[in-house]
Amino acid sequence: MRRRFSPGRVLGWTVLTVVVVGSVFPFWWMVRTAITPAADMYTDSSALLPDNPTLVNFARVLGLTSEAEARAAGGSGAHVDFARYLVNSVVYCALIAGFQTLFCAMAGYAFARLRFPGRDLVFGILISALMVPPIFTLLPNFVFVKELGLINTMAGMVAPSLLMTPFAVFFLRQFFLSLPRDVEEAAILDGNGPWGVFWRIALPMSRGPLITIGLTTIVWAWKDYLWPLLVGRAEENRLVTVALGVFLQQSPNTQPDWTGLMAASTLSVVPVLVLLVFMGRRLVQSLNFTGSK
Amino acid sequence: MTSSTPHHPARRRDDRRAAWWFLVPVLAGFGVFYGYPAVRGLWYSVTDYTMLNTPSFVGAENYSALMRDGDFWNALKVTAWYVLLNIGSQTLLALAIAALMHRLTRSVVLRATLLLPWLVPNVTVGLLWMWLLDTNLGFLNHLLGTVGIGPVGFLSDASLAMPSIAAINTWSYTGYTALLLYAGMLQIPQYLYESAAIDGAGEWRMFRRVTLPLLRPVLALVLVVSLIGSFQIFDTIAVTTKGDPVGATRAIYFFIYEEAFRFFHLGYAAAAAICLALILGVLTAVQMRLLRASRSDLA
Repeated sequence: MRRRFSPGRVLGWTVLTVVVVGSVFPFWWMVRTAITPAADMYTDSSALLPDNPTLVNFARVLGLTSEAEARAAGGSGAHVDFARYLVNSVVYCALIAGFQTLFCAMAGYAFARLRFPGRDLVFGILISALMVPPIFTLLPNFVFVKELGLINTMAGMVAPSLLMTPFAVFFLRQFFLSLPRDVEEAAILDGNGPWGVFWRIALPMSRGPLITIGLTTIVWAWKDYLWPLLVGRAEENRLVTVALGVFLQQSPNTQPDWTGLMAASTLSVVPVLVLLVFMGRRLVQSLNFTGSK
Repeated sequence: MTSSTPHHPARRRDDRRAAWWFLVPVLAGFGVFYGYPAVRGLWYSVTDYTMLNTPSFVGAENYSALMRDGDFWNALKVTAWYVLLNIGSQTLLALAIAALMHRLTRSVVLRATLLLPWLVPNVTVGLLWMWLLDTNLGFLNHLLGTVGIGPVGFLSDASLAMPSIAAINTWSYTGYTALLLYAGMLQIPQYLYESAAIDGAGEWRMFRRVTLPLLRPVLALVLVVSLIGSFQIFDTIAVTTKGDPVGATRAIYFFIYEEAFRFFHLGYAAAAAICLALILGVLTAVQMRLLRASRSDLA
């Protein structure tokens, strides 16, 4: 609704502006620290840009410099290779989001449309897992993955979330229930079996919710920390989040390597920022989806 | 729930065989990584398992030891303190932001910007704020210094550490929560505001009389979900304070994590995890009752 200029509106916009600045400024400070030479940390002014901007901190956390150069630029001398950790994180997210979405869509469809004995009971049991805090299953899962010899493998890292999460099954079942049946009925009369209806009719009609659940899964997988910390601590499997934690530990407690840490932190934000720029509308709408349910 | 259409021959089928194939991956995933570990976790909780021994049955010993463990009670206490601070500030701020957006703008760019702190891993958020709150070089202490306030140990002072952690996570999750509430507000019919305006109601009155009551189901749902999430605070603490100073930020998740993977008291940790599950179950049930009560309010 259109309204005239009023003190209330000015106040409202002022508050929103403060909120936006408060959300964005810390990120700017992160980038600003990342482009500050470590040697300048005590002498640098606190202006919005450092006195002597540099990219050396990015180069060293990406493993592009020799150990001596990294040390000279403020590193602890321990090996860091965020290029590899970023690739690991992307692979991790892609595997989980891809498989989980597909499998949960199949199950959601079965629970919404197919008829079989015990359907509602099985669904109820699956959904009850939503009530259990993840750390309860995490402990035995760790022991199990260890018994299988999958510690420090990508397989062990993705295993618990590759096939399903109760939320995705629930979400997609609710969506399939809301689809009009007519088209599917027509396809059945045309001689399609359940698989045909699912692949040719139901899935193409569900692009929006599938993208919603896929994006949500990617975001959560990108943020994952506790499980990959336990299962994927080795250098070659480390995700960005785990690597950030390790990097902090390697850094001297008395004077952390802030320029390097902020360069690495910036790298962990870049993929998310890309996602936001290209899929921002989708992401925002996906919240409308969950918010209005 | 499903409408049966007896006239329709195609609907009378039994899809048992097809359903089996649709469900194999999800049932396998559930059985192996939810069902089986749940049973195993229950078993561990009544054993002396340390990951190195063969577990042997000890009855309710872990549970009675928990009840006598001051660290466990401390963990519950600081978690409750955190949840109170975090959920309180986050919900109020989010509600204010959502209401302002609802009355002022539909901008997608603004919404995407507010979402940014939520999209970033908690580990990154923790590191970033550890730097901003650093006692010697942090930006916030620099700001405080310019107005003559001495360096504050936000994360090292025992009474400030948990409020600081709560503030960090409020920063990270408020935008997300605001967008959920905003989505709920969009469901409220616009004419209600128009007629309230004709009646001469101001913005504050509209918020109290229209927005808040009609938002209650969404608000309640968002509260349930964020409350459960808030109890599971781990990443931020694991990165910044590691439970210090003197246990002031040793929240229940971190307590369980340390018992299991630092001291290898797996049986004990499993028992603590079950206690946490019970607490969350009771809280959810209580909140769901409130949720249902508020739903009738809407009609």
